[in-house]
Amino acid sequence: MWLPPIPEPARNPALRRPGHMDVLLPRRAYAASALNWRETLLNPVSMTLLFAGLTASLIGAAWAQDAASAQPSVFSVLLKWTPLLGEGFAYNVLISLLSMLIGTVLGVMLGILQVSPLMPVRKFAWLVTQFFRNSPWLVLLFYSILLIPFQVTAFGITVPFPGWLKAVIGLSLPVMAYMSEYVRGAILSVPTGQWESAESLGFTRGQTMRMVILPQTVKRILPNWMNLYAVLTMATPLVSIIGVDDIMGYTRSALSAEGRPDILIPMYLYVLSWFFAYCYPISLVTSWLERRYSVKL
Amino acid sequence: MAHTEGRWTEAQPIVSLKDVRKSYGTVQVLNGISLDIMKGEVVCIIGPSGSGKSTLIRCINALADIQGGSIQVEGQEVHDAKLDKLALRKKIGMVFQQYNLFPHKTALQNVMMAPVKVLKENRVEVEKRARELIRKVRLEGKENSYPGELSGGQQQRVAIARSLAMRPDIMLFDEVTAALDPETVKEVLVTIKDLAAEGMTCILVTHEMGFAREVADHIYFTDKGVIVEHGPPETFFTNASDPRTRQFLSQVL
Amino acid sequence: METVETFFQWLRQSHGINLTIGYDAWDRAQFLSGLWMTVKLSVLSILFSLLVGVVGAWAQGAQSRLLRLPVGLFVTFFRNTPPLVQLYFFFFALGSILRVQNDAGMSVPMISAFSWAVISLTLFAGALNTEIFRSGIDAVPKSTLEAAEALGFTRLQTYIYVVLPLALRISLPSLGTNLVNLVKTTTLAYAIAVPELLYSAAQIWSEQLNVREMMTILLLSYILLVAVLVWIMGRWERSLRIPGYGV
Repeated sequence: MWLPPIPEPARNPALRRPGHMDVLLPRRAYAASALNWRETLLNPVSMTLLFAGLTASLIGAAWAQDAASAQPSVFSVLLKWTPLLGEGFAYNVLISLLSMLIGTVLGVMLGILQVSPLMPVRKFAWLVTQFFRNSPWLVLLFYSILLIPFQVTAFGITVPFPGWLKAVIGLSLPVMAYMSEYVRGAILSVPTGQWESAESLGFTRGQTMRMVILPQTVKRILPNWMNLYAVLTMATPLVSIIGVDDIMGYTRSALSAEGRPDILIPMYLYVLSWFFAYCYPISLVTSWLERRYSVKL
Repeated sequence: MAHTEGRWTEAQPIVSLKDVRKSYGTVQVLNGISLDIMKGEVVCIIGPSGSGKSTLIRCINALADIQGGSIQVEGQEVHDAKLDKLALRKKIGMVFQQYNLFPHKTALQNVMMAPVKVLKENRVEVEKRARELIRKVRLEGKENSYPGELSGGQQQRVAIARSLAMRPDIMLFDEVTAALDPETVKEVLVTIKDLAAEGMTCILVTHEMGFAREVADHIYFTDKGVIVEHGPPETFFTNASDPRTRQFLSQVL
Repeated sequence: METVETFFQWLRQSHGINLTIGYDAWDRAQFLSGLWMTVKLSVLSILFSLLVGVVGAWAQGAQSRLLRLPVGLFVTFFRNTPPLVQLYFFFFALGSILRVQNDAGMSVPMISAFSWAVISLTLFAGALNTEIFRSGIDAVPKSTLEAAEALGFTRLQTYIYVVLPLALRISLPSLGTNLVNLVKTTTLAYAIAVPELLYSAAQIWSEQLNVREMMTILLLSYILLVAVLVWIMGRWERSLRIPGYGV
């Protein structure tokens, strides 16, 4: 006597497919943070402790040094240069924001072109994306600083291109390329049923893209986009190499003005912690978003 | 209570549970389970979802630990810090609902891996045995297929062969047909029936009532972490006394 | 060689495309040595960073918090600070105290700029590799590990025969992306005057004033290097592919 088995919620239809194995499903290109929740929680605490410890030892060393010698302490030197470094860092942030803005706008457009129904357009967009994605950021910066003219005259109006603007353009190129890839991937991940149902409702392709598809890609792109912004911010010190003002350039001026070898290590650590303080919260939010959205996937 | 392996004889139960208790946090999963299984017996454990059936058989080969009571396999206490887990696992084979084959190894390699790597047996002999086992589960010709190339039922039979390759005395089956397509369920059940007919001691958690009735020597019905009722299939299915058992059976029969 | 040089001369005279590396032996040698330097930087950093990644991922999975915490801090710190500032920190700050007296009694750096570049790139990419390998290991299903346990595998045996082979396959795509990034990041060595590809190209264009041509060659060279790496990673991925899983 054969009786039908009892249906159980555990009998997920996805698990019935032969050969199904979660492990080997395609994964997102961006590796999710490997730290688990507890360790992520743990880390800010230990980070704070680390920096508190560092600061305390700096103050301690400074106090000892002040007492012992006529030279100003490391700590007071750092404090003295803080306003200048802050100004430099503001440039980094400004450059990163502008590049992100330009790169995002161009990247979304390029990404849409990558899924164009016209083959030549698709191929061209793909080529542009691959070219800028696989070129080193520093080389792209050189490219724009050396090959963009310092001013452009069109219709009798002269638009100057100062170095910082060229740097912004140079940094926005890789951002554009990465965005283009994210947008393409996200658009392709929307089920084709969405396209078909929109088409059956009489939407044009453009309308479908704008009103149906793109809104659905936002959630998917957001963590990647934020991660990209953090990566971009960490690339901004590159502009110092091509002579654009930023925290790194100011740091080096400060170091040569002081001319003290003992200040080198604290100063560079100080600059690193500026970036850490800015980028770490972003990466925390990014991994939180990833976890939140991946659950609903 | 301290049985030693030397003292165990086949006249004694091969698996013996006494007042087994287990909880996850505040949730009591096993609430004093006692049962004895003799060598060569086929025992089915049935009951509603979440009644602790799977936990129960996981405790028998120490994949899960217990908080109270005792579990003895061939007279040896399982939940003993000094237990030689390898010896226990050699004695007990286990087959899972999700097959859990190693996806990067072929069917043959899956069957051979544990005897070669864990028991350090001779590769040539193991291969001979593995090929026989694959024939036994009716998968000749699939030796070099990867799990991903096999259907669920085929994967599950490889998993059975993989456990048998360790030459266990007892086999545990944890809802082994629950994830299968209805048409492949039968091929797996036939394999298990063959095993039972050869005298292998089998403990099954199952939802296949017809199968349980056909092969089991004894049926245990669990609910909320206790054994509500048990008996040989003839009386169990026709003369259940407890209202919970009757209600469950009326839903599934 | 003659004809090639004649071709580049002709290209310059009739089209104004001045590719000095095509006909000037000195420039060509400089360019090729830069390319070789970039290849060396890349290969060494890739190998060392893989090592850092494997050890780091293993340590992050350790029972002992004493082992996990420093690795967690290392990964978090290197992931959230600019690689260029890291490089400066190593070369200028740490390099300033790691000095030795040479035979002539002069203070010379203990570690060369090239070595600092390798160290810095290794740690930067190694931090990411650690994360990538770790999430690969975490993605191996617990049920597969349980099956290994039920078959009597020890923790170490499970790790070697089940976890690592699967984790490697899961990690490969992300690993490839990161290694491509690493090759691109070797350009940072320019900032500490390691004569790699960008550096030698810049020297050529500042002497010959052929920025446009050299820049194009430079970009194409990097794209070629990346393409080679992508090809190798693709080969590797294919060789590890398991039949029946259409990934």
